[in-house]
Amino acid sequence: MSTTDRVIPDRLRSPFEQRLKSWETLLLFVAIGIFVANSFASPYFLNAWNLSDATFNFTEKAMIAFAMALLIISGEIDLSVASIIALASTAMGAAVQMGVGTPGLVLTGLGVGLICGAFNGVLVTRLGLPSIVVTIGTMSLFRGISYIVLGDQAFRGYPASFSWFGQGYVWWVISFEFVLFAVIALIYAVLLHKTNFGRAVYAIGNNATGAMFSGIRVQRVRFILFLLTGLMSGVAAICLTARLGSTRPSIATGWELEIVTMVVLGGVSILGGSGTIVGVVIAAFVMGLVTFGLGLLNVPGIVMSIVIGALLIGVIALPRLWAMWRAG
Amino acid sequence: MLKRLVTSREILLVGAIVLLLMLISSRFPGFIAPANLANVFNDTSPLILLAIGQMIVILTKCIDLSVAANLALTGMVVSMVNVAAPGLPIVFILVIAIGLGTLLGMINGILVWKLAIPPIVVTLGTMTIFRGIIFVISDGKWVNSHEMSPAFKAFPRADILGLPVLGWIAILAVIIFSVVMTRTTLGRAFYAAGGNPHAATYAGINVGKTQFWAFTISGALAGLTGYLWVSRFAVSYVDIAGGFELDVVAACVIGGVSIMGGIGTVAGALLGALFLGIIKNALPVVDISPFWQLAISGGAIIVAVALNAQANREKGRIILKRAEQAS
Repeated sequence: MSTTDRVIPDRLRSPFEQRLKSWETLLLFVAIGIFVANSFASPYFLNAWNLSDATFNFTEKAMIAFAMALLIISGEIDLSVASIIALASTAMGAAVQMGVGTPGLVLTGLGVGLICGAFNGVLVTRLGLPSIVVTIGTMSLFRGISYIVLGDQAFRGYPASFSWFGQGYVWWVISFEFVLFAVIALIYAVLLHKTNFGRAVYAIGNNATGAMFSGIRVQRVRFILFLLTGLMSGVAAICLTARLGSTRPSIATGWELEIVTMVVLGGVSILGGSGTIVGVVIAAFVMGLVTFGLGLLNVPGIVMSIVIGALLIGVIALPRLWAMWRAG
Repeated sequence: MLKRLVTSREILLVGAIVLLLMLISSRFPGFIAPANLANVFNDTSPLILLAIGQMIVILTKCIDLSVAANLALTGMVVSMVNVAAPGLPIVFILVIAIGLGTLLGMINGILVWKLAIPPIVVTLGTMTIFRGIIFVISDGKWVNSHEMSPAFKAFPRADILGLPVLGWIAILAVIIFSVVMTRTTLGRAFYAAGGNPHAATYAGINVGKTQFWAFTISGALAGLTGYLWVSRFAVSYVDIAGGFELDVVAACVIGGVSIMGGIGTVAGALLGALFLGIIKNALPVVDISPFWQLAISGGAIIVAVALNAQANREKGRIILKRAEQAS
């Protein structure tokens, strides 16, 4: 049983066959399966407004998941994203108390996200610290600052024009958040699959030393990826805060886990070097549909987290078990 | 040379702890009264127990984020057992707690060893699964003090020579694992597997299996702590020790355990835990809101890991610097 051997095939499979057997196709069938199962399980599922509501389950998380996907492909990870949301949301809440208007609030959210991302990035790229420990540290630090500011209090009183980012609809049942999600997905798909930057991300994830010797500014790319992840956390913080209309320091607790799950479920290798944005998009729908379907069936949130945790381990374990079984 | 560096780091930490205690006692002399220090040590004991397990896991290049959830699940199971059978002797409760904790640790270990899934993914997953299972078995209800039998609650609080049993268990664990880590083949295997997995393989050490044992030990300690925790605080519910895994990792990192594996000692984990424990207990004394605690442990992790990396860099890269200058 040699799982580490890499066999180079004599003949590559045809592109069509390759696409048919890809992780993304499998995931798409899973998504369709869950959709059909849900519509049989609950009479309330097939309703345009209900489905529109269901998208809120994943749009904010998916925005961060796209940036996280690039980060994980490059071989790093950021566990502080949910805490960045908390800190950015707290900063926006504080800004509201000082009478800042909607444009200022948006800038505050984005700015705090960028600063937090830059802080992670500097620690990882300048000091050469492992990203997992750094972001476990900043995960406590950022949320800790929110707790220092807010304690057991909450910020409220966001202006109505600000609420539109989380509650507004562009057309009929199509929410602003959903449009933003689609636009961001497109931007990240182009960035990862059609630009030099995207190729550099894959190269770094597969072999950072090799990438350095082929002229890629490895540390700069890594730093930009941390910045992007921070920025997307800021965007998600704006949407979430606008949707909830209040800020508590416990906002978005545990989201880092769901976001990493979404990325891994989307076929991105946790060891770096491979993955696609399409996969993450489908994974976002799968997780959103599962959560929404279970919600319609009155399954409590914490039980859903069992499903999420099992999904995370299962999607990695099953292909390996399958390979072991086939190898005998 | 290496040994001197490691011991000097621990001496540094002892110095920092003494300085911290002096600083607090300059304004609040009562803090360093022996009775209060025993109290602080007792309060830090769960952290010490988990930090020892986590240290071993980190030594092998892994991480165990499921320890707090393991603690909570085991705690809930033993308290429900206690409610169902109040007459059951404490020995059996201890066996159940350690047994269940070990089993949960083994699940992590098997997934890491046999399926080669990255430890962070495994333990993030099992962390949520364990918490979810607590909700399912308890139906979201609390097990309160009045439902637990007196013997169940008395065990960790029983006083021996001025220190409760909980504190003595931590001391016992420190002694046992100091011996295991320095005087047994398994202990040396943990260092070898994390320090250089390839060399360890050639030396006949099964790296995956060694990691499995690390997770098993971590799970066993978490299970034991689970019983001690619920009986000491006399309450059990879904969210007990929420986020405690971060404190545990912080204690290890502060104690000089290298997250890259292969470097760390039981004494370091003990001192790291004590450092955090003293800060936590001093905050209310010096009148700082407990809401500061999260940010302080986060800041401490970052500072400690930066210092660790700096120390390693000085040690390992001197030749490289010269080579760079020469070219």
